[in-house]
Amino acid sequence: MKSPGKVLLAGAAVVATVGALAGCSSGSGGGGGDSKIHLVVAPVLPGATADALNALAQRVKEFEKANPDIDVKAIEYQWTGTTFAAELAGGTLPDVFNVPFTDSKTLANNGQLADITADFTKTSTADKWNKNVLSVATGDNGKIYGIPWGPYAMALSYNREIFQKAGLDPDKPPTTLDEIRQDAKTISEKVPGVAGYMQMTKDNTGGWNLTTLTQSLGGRMEKVGSDGKVTVTADNAQTKQGLEWLKSMRWDDDSMGSNFLFDWSGINQAFASGQVAMYMSGSDVIGSLMQANGFDQTKYGVTTYPLASGSDAGILSGGNVDVVNVKDSPEQIAAAVKWIDFYRTQPTVDKNAAVKNAQTLKAGNQAVNAPTLPVFDKATWQQNQEWIKPYANIPAANIAPFNAGIFTQQIVPEPPRHTQDLYNALDGVVQAVLTDRNADIDALLKGVDTKVQALIDADGK
Amino acid sequence: MTNAASRTPRRTPLTWVRRGGLSTLVFLLPMLVVFGVFSWTPIVESVVMSFQHTNLVTAPEFVGWANFSAVLADPTFWIAVRNTAYFAVLALIFGYPLPLIAAVLLSETRRMRGVYSVLAYLPVIILPVVAVLLWKVFYDASPNGVFNTILGWFGIPPQPWIQDATTAMPSLVLQATWAGAGATVIIYLAALRSVPPELYDAAEVDGASIWQKVWHVTLPQLRGILFITLILQIIATAQVFLQPFLFTGGGPNNATTTILLLIYQYAFQNSLGGAYGKATALSLMLAVFLAVLSIVYFRITRRWSTE
Repeated sequence: MKSPGKVLLAGAAVVATVGALAGCSSGSGGGGGDSKIHLVVAPVLPGATADALNALAQRVKEFEKANPDIDVKAIEYQWTGTTFAAELAGGTLPDVFNVPFTDSKTLANNGQLADITADFTKTSTADKWNKNVLSVATGDNGKIYGIPWGPYAMALSYNREIFQKAGLDPDKPPTTLDEIRQDAKTISEKVPGVAGYMQMTKDNTGGWNLTTLTQSLGGRMEKVGSDGKVTVTADNAQTKQGLEWLKSMRWDDDSMGSNFLFDWSGINQAFASGQVAMYMSGSDVIGSLMQANGFDQTKYGVTTYPLASGSDAGILSGGNVDVVNVKDSPEQIAAAVKWIDFYRTQPTVDKNAAVKNAQTLKAGNQAVNAPTLPVFDKATWQQNQEWIKPYANIPAANIAPFNAGIFTQQIVPEPPRHTQDLYNALDGVVQAVLTDRNADIDALLKGVDTKVQALIDADGK
Repeated sequence: MTNAASRTPRRTPLTWVRRGGLSTLVFLLPMLVVFGVFSWTPIVESVVMSFQHTNLVTAPEFVGWANFSAVLADPTFWIAVRNTAYFAVLALIFGYPLPLIAAVLLSETRRMRGVYSVLAYLPVIILPVVAVLLWKVFYDASPNGVFNTILGWFGIPPQPWIQDATTAMPSLVLQATWAGAGATVIIYLAALRSVPPELYDAAEVDGASIWQKVWHVTLPQLRGILFITLILQIIATAQVFLQPFLFTGGGPNNATTTILLLIYQYAFQNSLGGAYGKATALSLMLAVFLAVLSIVYFRITRRWSTE
């Protein structure tokens, strides 16, 4: 039975297999054979338009010219909590990526982000940062784990063209929940096939939007006691009021269309294709609508989300933090901080950088003056707006309702503990209200309280 | 009559090598290595992880049975169990008899059998994700949706399909049946060819009708393959993920959250809390349940088969 030929063949197979397996674990993330520092950065969302990619390529060229020892490869990437840890463990994360305000602090405390303190302090703006803004990227140990950019407030985005078709004045968007309801009803009646108003419902965004609604009415989803103990309070009067409002639009007015399972990108698509006239999202969403959906910004309108009277009513805000892969070398981390400073921070504080950035974005048909909140202080923000004014490509009238109102709105941060779990549990409540006329709101909200409270209590054990 | 032991030489490493054991092992080695690295390592790691609290980066912490008790205490777990069972039952009602009927009809067809077989198999070659996206257009709840347009021709009002808790799950099962039936039809067709034609000839001589032939000849002859496809279908439906994930994300209000979707949500919905332990604990529970179910099933059906 034994034949030397067979043994030789089998031996070759073993060598090939071992070789293939070894190949799996080497060769990636290497130096690339030259003395340069190689950096993979991820500043655009998947599905970016050709314009967006051209604008990005220009910025990369500028950076590489200023930093000849760094080689930057820009990729399309969207951070999602759903894939982050697996990508990190699997070694497939880019070197620089962005995470939302809600998650950056916890990721930092979990040891999942690179400590950039030493390189951050070398940046020209290190001392300028507003401590409150920087705190989202600061670990409990006081170290810096990221650089915030583009803070936004939740806002009401609307399609000016549809407003006109429905006989509404796009320069006078709704300012109360009752007016949103009225306008949504008018739109759904006069423009068949268009949902007058819609909110997100899927993949934790339903909870995110419902929490915005609750806070704008003066309620809170979580309360922090003086002893630091967090109590989940989703079952509150304001959340019920918000849900009743949605219920009346869905079941009495039939002004929310026929799709009640929307996530962030899904509702952006629906809005960009003219299926939804008004929706709640971050004030900066036009940037993504142009970048990923090729949306014509002249149709875009944005205004502040209505707040109820009362001192507790406030608008939910959030933002992004550019962070660095925890597995990177010190040289890569230093290069990464240089890139983030160049790409995100300098255009907000340096006239030259601001103008260059605005010119590139405009040439690439990307949003130049998307409404955001100040990252340092209001004066710096206003100065920046002046610099980029000549290149602004979103008509000033379209964003005027938002810019006129936002600085008088009280900003309220997102619920502090198990935020994404809370949002996920609330998804079901919003979905139930929009798909079941007889949904038992009280029981659903009590269920959310019990479920998320158990998660929070388990942390303390 | 010689003693069997005296005929068989004693097994020693040397006789093993002499009989070609070494080359057998060398031949097997690549497969063993690949299987060990890519199949068994993750399985063993996931079993270990089910007893840990980990975020895949920092050092894991052993937490005993805490992940298992946390999963069992989660109200969504029982919703997912109920939904998965509902999906499995619906899939059995819709999906189990359909391929068999199609296969019997195809085998009775004399002309264009190849064309019909290709048509039956066609959905299987469409990428599952593409198929779901296609069906999303069909299931569009507006009056302009494909299915709702067809209903409109008969004066039936538009249906919410996947947008309503009561119709969502049957809609998912319908698509899953469409997507999977073709493969089963091919298995049945192959099995039908192995039925000896003499049996049909004898039945015809006895004056049996087509239904009597199916009942008294085809089905008893296919018994073995029917038992196998039934357990395979139960195992597959217990692990349904693609349809709820892509169509509804588990909604509306958890009406389509299945066990596998819940595992996915534990692992990936919130990477901050280290719920990988819960995800692997639930995976392990599902695997053990399916293994026990399969063993019991095969014991019972073996008894039926021999009776």
